[in-house]
Amino acid sequence: MIAAVSTPFTVPAGLMDALQITVLVLVAVGATAVVLIRAHVRQVLALSVYGVLLAVLFLVFQAPDVTLSELAVGAVILPIVFLLTLAKIRKREE
Amino acid sequence: MTPSLRRWVFLAAAAGFVAFYLWGLLGLPGFGKYPGPYGFVLNRIAVSQTKATGVVSAVNFDYRGFDTLGEEFILLTAAAGVSIVLRRLRGERERSAVDEAVDRDVPATSSAVRMLALLFTGPVVVVGWWLASHAQTSPSGGFQGGVFLATAFILVYLSGEFLVFKRFSPVDLTDVVEAVGAGGFAAIGVSAVAMGLPYLYNFLPLGTTPGAVSSSGTIVLISFFVGLEVAAAFILIVGELLEQTLLIRRRSG
Repeated sequence: MIAAVSTPFTVPAGLMDALQITVLVLVAVGATAVVLIRAHVRQVLALSVYGVLLAVLFLVFQAPDVTLSELAVGAVILPIVFLLTLAKIRKREE
Repeated sequence: MTPSLRRWVFLAAAAGFVAFYLWGLLGLPGFGKYPGPYGFVLNRIAVSQTKATGVVSAVNFDYRGFDTLGEEFILLTAAAGVSIVLRRLRGERERSAVDEAVDRDVPATSSAVRMLALLFTGPVVVVGWWLASHAQTSPSGGFQGGVFLATAFILVYLSGEFLVFKRFSPVDLTDVVEAVGAGGFAAIGVSAVAMGLPYLYNFLPLGTTPGAVSSSGTIVLISFFVGLEVAAAFILIVGELLEQTLLIRRRSG
């Protein structure tokens, strides 16, 4: 086991638990919202917000490397890929 | 299959899924309780063994370097696949990137978007480059750095237009960078073999101070090549999609 190190930035354990639970709930809400929203463009925007929430979750659980990946892929690249695809499909339908 | 039979098939499958899911949940270790020895061993030895304080990068590019090589080639294959699938097909024509319609104005990018994208481009390049080239410390990583660099190009597209994006990332150059990134990783592995060491063995001097710029040997080098490959792959994929959306039309009549 790793001994707990106390620094000026150390957050009390109870506060950290509260933060983790809050973010977990937010992620659950975000994921549900992405599934329930039916309008495509709004759904993609919700997906982007959900990507940011997931990134915050990873940060709160002390995985900064994963946070960075999720931030770039989940919040930027994936929504852009979806938006471009939607634009292409829409043009074809016109 | 009748609707009622279909419903029964679904209910049976759903019941089975729920049962196995709950069974699986019950077998999980408690929250925050890590059972395996691997992580503890790495926590103990990784920093002194690799001289990298970014243990995640040490795992990705050294201990499990071979897995990462496979992942990198997955991305390479994906980018190649996108290029092939989204090429201009027969019956499609490529029009100029300038809006040809005379009866409507080109929707202008709002100044707010332009401003934010411009403000962020520089810092994103710096952060991406730093992440990709400083794998010895944490947080870091070639993948993260590469994706950040690709994001910078998307910001260029958002702040300017498609033509500027294309000028900054010509396909020929992006292709070469991607190949160099992927090939560089594999070549580092082969170099170790040429010296009579196992494939992807960390053969460069590790340095003495953990986390210093000169430390961790091949970890930094591999991460840098991964950064190049990932950045180029994502720029290619997004560029192909932009081209597909903005330039390629079905030939009308």
